[in-house]
Amino acid sequence: VAVDGLGSGMTATPLAYLTSAGTRAAAIVPLTCFLGAVSVVVCLIIAMLLWLGIRRGHADTVAGPVVRGGDGLGWIKWGMALSAVPLAIGLIWTMAALGQIVGPPRDIGLTIDVTARQWWWEVRYPGTSGRGFATANEFHIPTGTKVLVRLHGPDVIHSFWVPQLSGKTDVIPGQTNLTWLGADRPGRYRGQCAEYCGLEHAKMALEVVAEPPAQFDVWRRAQLRPAALPVTADTQHGLAIFRSRCAQCHVLRGFGGRAEIGPDLTHLMSRATIAAGSLGNSTGNLAGWIEDPQSIKPGARMPGQQLSGQELNDVVALLGTLE
Amino acid sequence: MTPAATRTPVIGDDAPELRARLLALWKTAPGWRGWFTTVDHKEIGLRYIVTAFVLLALGGIEALAIRLQLAGPDLHLLTPDQYNQLFTMHGITMIFLFASPVLSGFSNFLWPLLLGSRDMAFPRLNAFSYWVYLAAALFLHAGFLTGNGPNDGWFNYVPYADRAFSPGPGQDFYALGMVLLGISTSVGAANFIVTAFKMRAPGMSINRMPILIWGTLTASVANLIVIPAVSLAFFLLWMDRQFGTAFFRPVGGGQPLLWQHLFWIFGHPWVYAIVLPAMGMVSDGLPVFCRRPLVGYSLVALSTVATMILGFGVWVHHMFATGLPGLSLSFFSGASIVITVPSAVAVFAWLATIWAGRPIITTAFRFFASMILLFVIGGVSGFMTASVPVDWQLTDTYFIVAHLHYVLVGINVFPVVGATYFWFPKFTGRMMDERLGKWNFWTMFLGFNLGFLPMHLTGLLGMPRRIWTYPAGFGWSTLNLVTTIGSFVFAIGVLMFFINVAKSLKWGVKAPADPWGGPTLEWAVPSPPEPYNFAVIPTIASRHPLWEEALDEGSGRSSLHRGMTLDQGKEVVTTTPMDAEPDRIVEMPQDSWAPILLAGALALLFAALLFKAWAVAALGGMLVFGALLLWLWPQRRLFERKPAHG
Repeated sequence: VAVDGLGSGMTATPLAYLTSAGTRAAAIVPLTCFLGAVSVVVCLIIAMLLWLGIRRGHADTVAGPVVRGGDGLGWIKWGMALSAVPLAIGLIWTMAALGQIVGPPRDIGLTIDVTARQWWWEVRYPGTSGRGFATANEFHIPTGTKVLVRLHGPDVIHSFWVPQLSGKTDVIPGQTNLTWLGADRPGRYRGQCAEYCGLEHAKMALEVVAEPPAQFDVWRRAQLRPAALPVTADTQHGLAIFRSRCAQCHVLRGFGGRAEIGPDLTHLMSRATIAAGSLGNSTGNLAGWIEDPQSIKPGARMPGQQLSGQELNDVVALLGTLE
Repeated sequence: MTPAATRTPVIGDDAPELRARLLALWKTAPGWRGWFTTVDHKEIGLRYIVTAFVLLALGGIEALAIRLQLAGPDLHLLTPDQYNQLFTMHGITMIFLFASPVLSGFSNFLWPLLLGSRDMAFPRLNAFSYWVYLAAALFLHAGFLTGNGPNDGWFNYVPYADRAFSPGPGQDFYALGMVLLGISTSVGAANFIVTAFKMRAPGMSINRMPILIWGTLTASVANLIVIPAVSLAFFLLWMDRQFGTAFFRPVGGGQPLLWQHLFWIFGHPWVYAIVLPAMGMVSDGLPVFCRRPLVGYSLVALSTVATMILGFGVWVHHMFATGLPGLSLSFFSGASIVITVPSAVAVFAWLATIWAGRPIITTAFRFFASMILLFVIGGVSGFMTASVPVDWQLTDTYFIVAHLHYVLVGINVFPVVGATYFWFPKFTGRMMDERLGKWNFWTMFLGFNLGFLPMHLTGLLGMPRRIWTYPAGFGWSTLNLVTTIGSFVFAIGVLMFFINVAKSLKWGVKAPADPWGGPTLEWAVPSPPEPYNFAVIPTIASRHPLWEEALDEGSGRSSLHRGMTLDQGKEVVTTTPMDAEPDRIVEMPQDSWAPILLAGALALLFAALLFKAWAVAALGGMLVFGALLLWLWPQRRLFERKPAHG
C-alpha cells in the first residue's frame, strides 16, 4: 500500500495491463500474453542455438584454415518456415482483436467529455436537459456499461490511458478523438497521461471509479448539486478568501469562479486525490498544496498562495465541506 | 599540362618505386594545414569515429544522470526541466550524433579499402560532410550547455515544441541544428551511393560486394529519400515559431499530426539506416572468425534491401494511438509484422554461419555473436508492438524504452564496439588487448542485460516514459533500482572499451596486414594503409579475394599485385555500376580549404538565423557563396577523361 492514501483500493500494481477489469482491455490481454510467450520462446531457442554453436568453438587468436563446408541454407529455410507460423497467427489475431475493439460499439450507455490540460484532467458529463456537470481527475462510471469518451486538447498533446480498462488514445489539439471503455466489476482504476506533455507529465494521473449503476446514480445526483452553503464563521471566511484568491481559476458551482484553468472544486471532497493523482485528499495535503504547490509539483500552473495560518485554516475548512 | 583525352592505363607490378611515386601524389601535407585541408577518406573516417565516440560518452553521462534520478521513487536530484532537457539531449545525441555518424566513420574508412579503390567518389564532399557534422554537433549542444537545451524529446512533438509552450531558444537550436545536420547526412549519403556504383575495383560485380557495402548503400539511399522530410519539418517548425506561420498550429488551421507524419516518415527508415550498416559489419566480421563464408550471402543482401523497402511503409506504427482509423492502422500493423521476415533471414544466416563453421572466440567475435541475441530480443519486442491492440497498451511505457535500447544498443553499439576490435589493427597498426577485451565484453553484456531486461517488466507494470519521477506503490521501485545499477555496470564496460583503445593505441602489439586471416581487400594492404590504399588497382575474381586458394572459388583468381598503376596524377579508375568493367580514369581533387570554409560559413549562417541577426546571416550567405565558388572553380586538371578502353 502506498503512502499518502495514493493507490488505496487498487492493486499493488495499479497501472499494470496484464490484468484487466473491462471488456476492451480484456480483449488485449490474451493477445499480449500470446505474443509475449512466443517472444520468450523464440529468445530462448535462439540463445540456446547460439550458446551451443559457440561452445563448439575455441579460444584461439591464430586464424585457422578456411573451409567452405555445407551451404547452411537449410537453417534459413527451416528458420523461416517455423517463424512463419507464429507470425501468421499473430497477424490474424491482431486483425481480429483490432476489429473487435477499435471503434466505439453501438450500445454506448454513457458519453463523457475529457479535456486534458497541462497537467490535469477535466471531465464533463453532458446533461440531457442542460443539467451537466464537471469534475476533475476522478470520474465515476457504472459497471457493465460501455462509456464513450470524447477527448479534447486545448493546449498540447496528451494521451488518455486507463490500463486496466482501455489502451491509450492520444488527445490532440484541433481534433476530437474518440475512445471507449467499460468496467466489468466495481473498483478504482488508475489512469495516467501517456504522451509527454511538459514539466509535469509525470504527475498527470487520473482515477476511474466503477460502481454498480444504482450507486453511480447516487454519485451523479450528488455531483449535480451546487456547492454546499457555508454555515460556520470559518467556512464563510474561507469562502471570502476563495472568492478573492481562488476564483480566478477554480469554480464552486453556486458561488461563481472561472473554469478551464483549474479543476472544478464544487465536490472536491468526493475525490480521493488532489493535484491530478499526486496526493491523497487529506486536510494536511490540501493545506500543503495550497501553500506550496511548486515543491510538490514543480512547474504546476497553480501558484503558492502565501496565506496566513488563519486564512489557510479557513480555506481548508471550506474545502472540507465540499462533499 | 594538358591531360590526354584518351589513355590506356599502364599495367604494372606493385613495386617500391611505384609506391614512392604514389605516396608523393597522395600524401597529405604535414602540420596544421594538412589537418584542416585533408580529403583522405581514412583520416575523415577516423575523425567521424572519434567524434562519435566522444558524443557517445556525453550521451552516456546524460543517461546516467537520468538513471540516478529514477533510481528510487520521489527523488529530487534533478528538477523536471533538467530531467526533460537531459532525456531530450540523450536521445538526440545517441540517435543523431552517435549512432549514424559512427557508422559513417567506419564506412568512410573502410569502403575504398573494401572496394579496392584509392578514395571515395567525392573526397572534398566527404571532408565537408564531416565538418558540417561537427558544426551541427556543437550547435545542438550549444543550447544545452548554456541551459537552453531542447526539452521536448528527440521526437519533438508540436504543439509542445511551438513557441506558446516552449518559448526559450531550445527548440530553435534543435530545429536549425537538425537542418544543418541534414546537409551533412545528405551529402554523405550521395557520396556513398556514387562510390558504391562507380568506385569498385574492376571485376567486383555487384554480387561480390561485402555486406557492409550493401548495408551502408541501402541506408544511404533511404537517407537521401527521407531526410528532406525531416529537414522540411524542422524548417516549418522554425517558421511556425519565429514567423507565425501555422503549419502545425491548430489555432491557425494547422495540423499537429502533420509533424508526426513528417517526422516518422523520416524517423522509422532512419532506425533501419542506423542498424543496417552495423548488421553489415556482423555479416562481414562474423564469418572471418567462423573460418568460412557467410551462409546465404544473396539472401542476406536481398533482405537488407527488403528491410529498407518495407521500412518505408511502417512509420504509422509510431502513431497507433493518435486516433487514425482502424482500417489504415491495420495496413501499417501488417507491414510492421511482415518486416520481421527479412530480419529473421539475417539472424538464421548468422546462426548457420556459426554452426557451419568452427568459431574462434575473440573479443570481436563475442560482440558480433552477442549482437545476434540482442537483435532477437529487440526484434521480438518490436513484433509485439507491431500489433495495434497490444501497442495501445505497450506504447509510451518503459517496454518501448527496453525495446528501443535492445535495438539501438544491441544492433548498433555492440557491433560497432566489435567492429572496433576487428578493424582497430587496420585503423592504427596495433592490436587491441584481448584480455581486457574479454572483461570489456562481459561487463558491457551483463550490465546491459541487467539494466534493460527487467525494464520490459517495468513497462508491463505500466510505468510511462519520460516521467521525471514516480511515486512508490506502483511496483516499479525495485526494478528501477536494478536498471540503474545495470546501467552503471554497462557504463563501466564502455569505459573499459575506451581504456582499451587508449592503451592499445600506445602499447598495443604491432599488427600485420592481415591479423585475422580475412577474405576482403582491406586485409591485403598494410596496417595502417598507405594514403593511396592500393599500389596497383586490384582486379577481383570472387567475393573473397583473399580466400580464393582455400575456397577454390570461381574460375579465375583475383590479381592483387599486378594491375593498373595510375600514377600520372592523383588517379583512380571508375567502373560500370553492375559488372564493374573499367570505365574511366578520374583525377581526384587535391586537399582543399573549400570544405572546411563552406562548413564554417554554413555554421555562421545558421547561428545568425538562430539569433535572427540578419546582417550576419547575409554575411554568412555570402561566405557560403564564396566557399562554393572556391570549390567549384574549374580546374583543368579535374577534367574527366574519355573511356580508358577501346
